Amino acid sequence: MNFSDQLEARFADMLGHYPTKRSVLVPFLLYTQDELGYLTDEAIEEIAQRLDLTALEVRNVISYYSMLRTRPAGKYNVQVCTNICCLLRGGEEILEHARKKLGVAVNKGISEDGVFSVEEVECIGACSWAPAMQVNYDFHENLTEAKVDEILESYRKKAQQ
Amino acid sequence: MADAPKLVNITVNGKKTTAPAGTLLIEACKQIGIEVPSFCYYPGLSLQGACRMCLVEIEKMPKLQTACTTPVAEGMVVNTESEKVVQSRKAMLEIVLANHPLDCPVCDAGGECELQDMTYTYGAAESKFIDIKSHRDEQQWSPVVFFDRPRCILCYRCVRVCGEGMDVWALGVQNRGQGSVIAPNKQDHLECEECGMCIDICPVGALTSGSYRYKTRPWEMNHVGTVCTHCGDGCLTTVGVRRSDTGMEIVRCDNRDKSGINGDFLCVKGRYAFDFAANQERITQPLIKRDGKFVPATWTQAIELVADKFKQVVQKDGPQAIGVIGSNRTTNEENYLLQKFARLVLGTNNIDHHRTADFPAFAKAISENKARTASMRDVFEAPAVLLIGNDPTEQHPLLAWQIRNNVRLHRSKFYIVNSQAIKLRRQATQFVQIPTGAEARFVDFLSGNDAAAGTLTQAGASNENLSQLRDALKGEQNLVVIFGSELRGADISALVKFAAPQNAKFICLGDYANSRGAADMGLFPDLLPGYATFAGAARYQQEWGADVPALVGMDLKQMFGAARDGKLKALYVVGSNPVSRYALDPFVLQAPFVVVQDMFMTETAIAADVILPAAFAYEKSGTFTSTCGDLQMLRKAGDVVSVKSDFEIVVRIAEKMGYDVRKLVPFGKGLRADMGQSRGAQSGEADRHSVWLQARGLEPKVSPFDPLATLDEIQRLIPGYDVSQINLVSGNDEHTQLVQIQNASIPSHPELVVPSNDTLFTSGTLGRYSTVLNSVMERRATGKEVAAD
Amino acid sequence: MAYLVSHPDEVKVISSRFGKGAADIDRYLELDGYKAVQMALQMGSEAVINEVKASNLRGRGGAGFPTGMKWSFVPKESAKPKYVLCNGDESEPGTCKDRLIFEHDPHAVIEGAMIAAIAVNAHKAYIYIRGEYRYLLEIMQKSIADVYARGFAGKNIFGSGYDLDVYWHGGAGAYEVGEESALMESLEGKRGVPRIRPPFPAVVGLWGGPTVINNAETLASVPHIIMMGGQKYADIGTPKNGGTRLFCLSGHLEKPGVYELPMGYNLKKMIYEVGGGISNGRKLKAVVPGGSSTPVLTADEIDIAMDFDSVAKAGSMLGSGGVVVIDDATCIVKFALRTMQFYRHESCGWCIPCREGTDWLNKTLTRFHAGGGLAKDIDNIRYLAENMLGRTFCPLGDAAAMPTIGFVKKFREEFEAHLEGKPCPFEKHGAISQLPVMSH
Ligand SMILES: Cc1cc2nc3c(=O)[nH]c(=O)nc-3n(C[C@H](O)[C@H](O)[C@H](O)COP(=O)(O)O)c2cc1C
Ligand code: SF4
Ligand code: SF4
Ligand code: SF4
Ligand code: FES
Ligand code: FES
Repeated sequence: MNFSDQLEARFADMLGHYPTKRSVLVPFLLYTQDELGYLTDEAIEEIAQRLDLTALEVRNVISYYSMLRTRPAGKYNVQVCTNICCLLRGGEEILEHARKKLGVAVNKGISEDGVFSVEEVECIGACSWAPAMQVNYDFHENLTEAKVDEILESYRKKAQQ
Repeated sequence: MADAPKLVNITVNGKKTTAPAGTLLIEACKQIGIEVPSFCYYPGLSLQGACRMCLVEIEKMPKLQTACTTPVAEGMVVNTESEKVVQSRKAMLEIVLANHPLDCPVCDAGGECELQDMTYTYGAAESKFIDIKSHRDEQQWSPVVFFDRPRCILCYRCVRVCGEGMDVWALGVQNRGQGSVIAPNKQDHLECEECGMCIDICPVGALTSGSYRYKTRPWEMNHVGTVCTHCGDGCLTTVGVRRSDTGMEIVRCDNRDKSGINGDFLCVKGRYAFDFAANQERITQPLIKRDGKFVPATWTQAIELVADKFKQVVQKDGPQAIGVIGSNRTTNEENYLLQKFARLVLGTNNIDHHRTADFPAFAKAISENKARTASMRDVFEAPAVLLIGNDPTEQHPLLAWQIRNNVRLHRSKFYIVNSQAIKLRRQATQFVQIPTGAEARFVDFLSGNDAAAGTLTQAGASNENLSQLRDALKGEQNLVVIFGSELRGADISALVKFAAPQNAKFICLGDYANSRGAADMGLFPDLLPGYATFAGAARYQQEWGADVPALVGMDLKQMFGAARDGKLKALYVVGSNPVSRYALDPFVLQAPFVVVQDMFMTETAIAADVILPAAFAYEKSGTFTSTCGDLQMLRKAGDVVSVKSDFEIVVRIAEKMGYDVRKLVPFGKGLRADMGQSRGAQSGEADRHSVWLQARGLEPKVSPFDPLATLDEIQRLIPGYDVSQINLVSGNDEHTQLVQIQNASIPSHPELVVPSNDTLFTSGTLGRYSTVLNSVMERRATGKEVAAD
Repeated sequence: MAYLVSHPDEVKVISSRFGKGAADIDRYLELDGYKAVQMALQMGSEAVINEVKASNLRGRGGAGFPTGMKWSFVPKESAKPKYVLCNGDESEPGTCKDRLIFEHDPHAVIEGAMIAAIAVNAHKAYIYIRGEYRYLLEIMQKSIADVYARGFAGKNIFGSGYDLDVYWHGGAGAYEVGEESALMESLEGKRGVPRIRPPFPAVVGLWGGPTVINNAETLASVPHIIMMGGQKYADIGTPKNGGTRLFCLSGHLEKPGVYELPMGYNLKKMIYEVGGGISNGRKLKAVVPGGSSTPVLTADEIDIAMDFDSVAKAGSMLGSGGVVVIDDATCIVKFALRTMQFYRHESCGWCIPCREGTDWLNKTLTRFHAGGGLAKDIDNIRYLAENMLGRTFCPLGDAAAMPTIGFVKKFREEFEAHLEGKPCPFEKHGAISQLPVMSH
């Protein structure tokens, strides 16, 4: 299968960083996922073959890491932290709010317009600025329900462009 | 030899002991009889430290330590039974049982479950856990492998045995935390070698065998240790049998007895391919052809007919008009008896068998060079192994396991010369690919003919590779040299000559469970048992009290030729299918009187006039000689009432022909008597047997069907077979040697060697009638090789 | 982007370049960047180690192991290449300090890693950053590229004849990968399952070679130590606890944020003065002093010095510097449950007591908090946690057990208040949501 030129370049560059090929696996899977939306069977086979691994072994690794997925998520994956510091400052309420607002179940499914999915996540390293969430890789902190509405709206707009 | 590791002093539970530095504490404890419980530790597999069952107290260490990962150190003081340790174990079991379905009464492993045993020994009486347990449905991963996830305790033994042991890497661990699960390589199913090692090694009932699961309970079976009936490697297998309407039904095969040459190993055939025994198409009654159709007959009718016809032919057309073809699957005693029957009762040397390796040439090479053969155990210990030809992964699965694990665990060197990129190359120190059919030329090159190199380099190997390999081999002392049927005749001599000076040992690979035995027992028209030529017949005549026919007999192909020419009037085929194996014209069998002794309607059996239904290896006792020369004893496990062992059939025909069976089977002559070995310990056969003996005024303990009496005779005649019978009877293997009996040159016929070309999933006729093997092959897609970890 | 705060009690060492645009290499150089590494090259391995030993720098990743001593365990001679590995997996709930360093002063991490490499004579350093911190990984990638462009990394750095490569590496979501041996597994492209120890990474680490593993903050402190001298750095802190550290104040505080305070700073002061006191005018109930893995302290246990030894004496741990402040309107059972939910989700699953124990505890606490608790559950929770403690394959099991024991021990009456079907006395919330166990 063909990867984008950028991903190919990334792959070639990373291979040079390590004494063993498979060492590129974890970050490269994430970069591949960024490009494809999720890790398709085809991509898994391709990566396995490039790194002299079995597809099974690649799946073993994928299934270990919580950011890696083998099923699609929304274009914007809303990841709300409910871990202790966020919990203390209303993280659960933020999660519930986002879920209701977008009309999707937590950790399941994609919103009807295909734009959003909602995930409850563990600490994302924003504890002093809780409650916090990430939309894809973007951090949003010191959240309130109103702020969440604004943020989601801005992504919805972006998706429409 | 490397220096033995230094001994260190340790104290365990107050007992002082020593152990070589580097020994794992769990092993050191075992050696002094102190059992440290474990789930994830498995000798010979990588260390995990995952189950935490083996935690013990070590002085000066604040935390409990895992005995399975801690090497002993000088002055170590260990307590494996302190209050803290006992408490920890108990808690660990409570924790693992929290999510375990406690339905042992319906679990397939009930009665053979390490978790059950452990809970019984170390566990807590009540469970503190009251929340809902996770449930998942059971999954079928292959025709033979089932997975019941909630029972899995994640000891990773299956993953390791499949990867490290089998080099298949078909099992993995997926997800993490409580979601962790053992996963098959094709997401919802397995594509693998189907060896079932993962099932065998599973301490609980998480992985279960498709052919055995839910059939019975372990304690409802009798477990009989015997030798696998498939390839020539001679794995010990434990046959689980239970009473059925027709005798004793074989319910499973496994390797619960790990003391055999195969240790932990059994391949798909050894483990699952016993089901042909109960195949609907198995012939279970004597059949006589009348007007072109087989009609059932009684044993008395059939034996009488055969005996009469044989007698007639011998009297009318002379012994040269009758031929006998023996089997690679019958016991040594049966093979020996058969050649004796041919030579003494029929009076002919027209006896042969389907040859899958040039054993006569091998015997010649070994004796001429005063070299030795290697045992299967040697292959696991040797500092270096050379393999020429063959694909052991397919044809000699145990041998492949031994080589692989020798490389893995002992870092032995391993050299391969093959025309194909066989899977074992992944373990090879050096792999040299040569053109198809060039094995002999390679030997020529080894022997110093540099010019031969030129013709060897077309398949990828360079001149440099070849020279490197030759130099490396010359430097290997105590090498084990293994070769396939690609090498025959003089090439074998050349190879043995090359390596013998380095104290090498040799293995010649033949294809069926007892092909080596068939050869050793003299199923040859020109060789007596032990590869003796007729020039040395005197010893045999003395032992047998009868003359060996002087004339060299016809080989298998010549017999068929004689049949075509109308010169062969009768043919007796025992457990063999020459029509198919040698692609011979079955039409030529129309004229002679043909008797076939078999389990199934083979291409040869169809042409028979009489078919005598025979028992197979698991239904009788006797010995097999593995392709390496390892001698082992079979024990009767299964029993089908209406069939008879080849041994018994031959004796009965001889008796009916008026021959004094005491001359054929020396029962009562030696020291031993049949103490029940030939009878299933639990079947009705014991009664039938003693009825027969009583009718003939014989004592039940000395019987003409006693294979051990014949083994006595074999041992007297074949010097290399003079091994401890006590050891054999106790289920151990004894390595035989090809000891030179006489100086005569042994004739070899390379052109008669026809390899069976069986694969991991085929096994000649038996395989064709194995439902399990057939379903495995159907499920198998392309069989593409997988990359290693 | 993370927000910066400040307080007069702060002693800015690691954070001295925060907010000054030091991610730009030129700016970093202006602010004395890459001087320390050149000094280190001059000093040589042994002198660098001695300087770090003198600084009393202790690992900022959580365990507080003396950094200089760790470096001295690396064998001088090694057949296999040696490595330095920077642990930037920062995933301990309550901890968000490495993030600030990577954002504001990435070159300090690179420089620290280089100095560590020089100290142990390694020629390759890897900087591992958790997958969620993608923007920081990008900053790091750029910083490393800049370093190569200047010839500070690669062959013959600073004309010293010393070769030193620096590489970035990204994770993909796993707390356990922060554990040093799991980190190496992850870097090698495997599941983040820890390794059997011994051998320790300093002897057998990445690809079998001796490996120094340090937290990002630890490494970022090193250039400052070289610049100011070990003794001077040590003097900032308390005995055996040199220097400053970034404390991540979170929870019910008026002014949460990441503050750089000297080791040994008083916790009470930290909460009431630096953190501005309890938010919404409520009262303090408890503090988790060093990230979610550390046992809770009650309101009357907080008059202690925040250094490794003093907090240990108080029955908890300084850990990763995450100070989580809990007010009196919070249900401790709920807090304990959310903590356990985390460990259950993050257990690698390798060993029985952690995998099964966290699941069991999570199930029991869930039922308990929902009002289905039985009196014996309270003892069972403690029994189970105590039987995990010290018996798991890696310290994650301890990290799950220790706080649990603390909650039950110190807040038993709150557990009891949930018994017999009584609703949670603090609750506005319904049943706690459940993260799925990892499965695809
Ligand atoms: C479960 C677990 C998670 C950890 N996570 C981190 C982490 O995210 N970052 C970190 O620096 N150290 C983490 N550690 C500590 C590391 O194992 C290791 O001690 C540390 O990186 C060493 O660096 P230091 O001596 O500079 O602290 C973790 C330890 C455990 C047991
Ligand atoms: S049957 Fe054998 S090859 Fe297949 S998964 Fe099990 S161990 Fe591996
Ligand atoms: S399936 Fe059996 S052998 Fe495999 S991990 Fe589970 S319990 Fe162990
Ligand atoms: S304690 Fe065990 S299961 Fe838990 S994270 Fe460590 S190794 Fe994995
Ligand atoms: S607890 Fe939510 S970001 Fe740390
Ligand atoms: S046997 Fe030692 S941890 Fe499993």
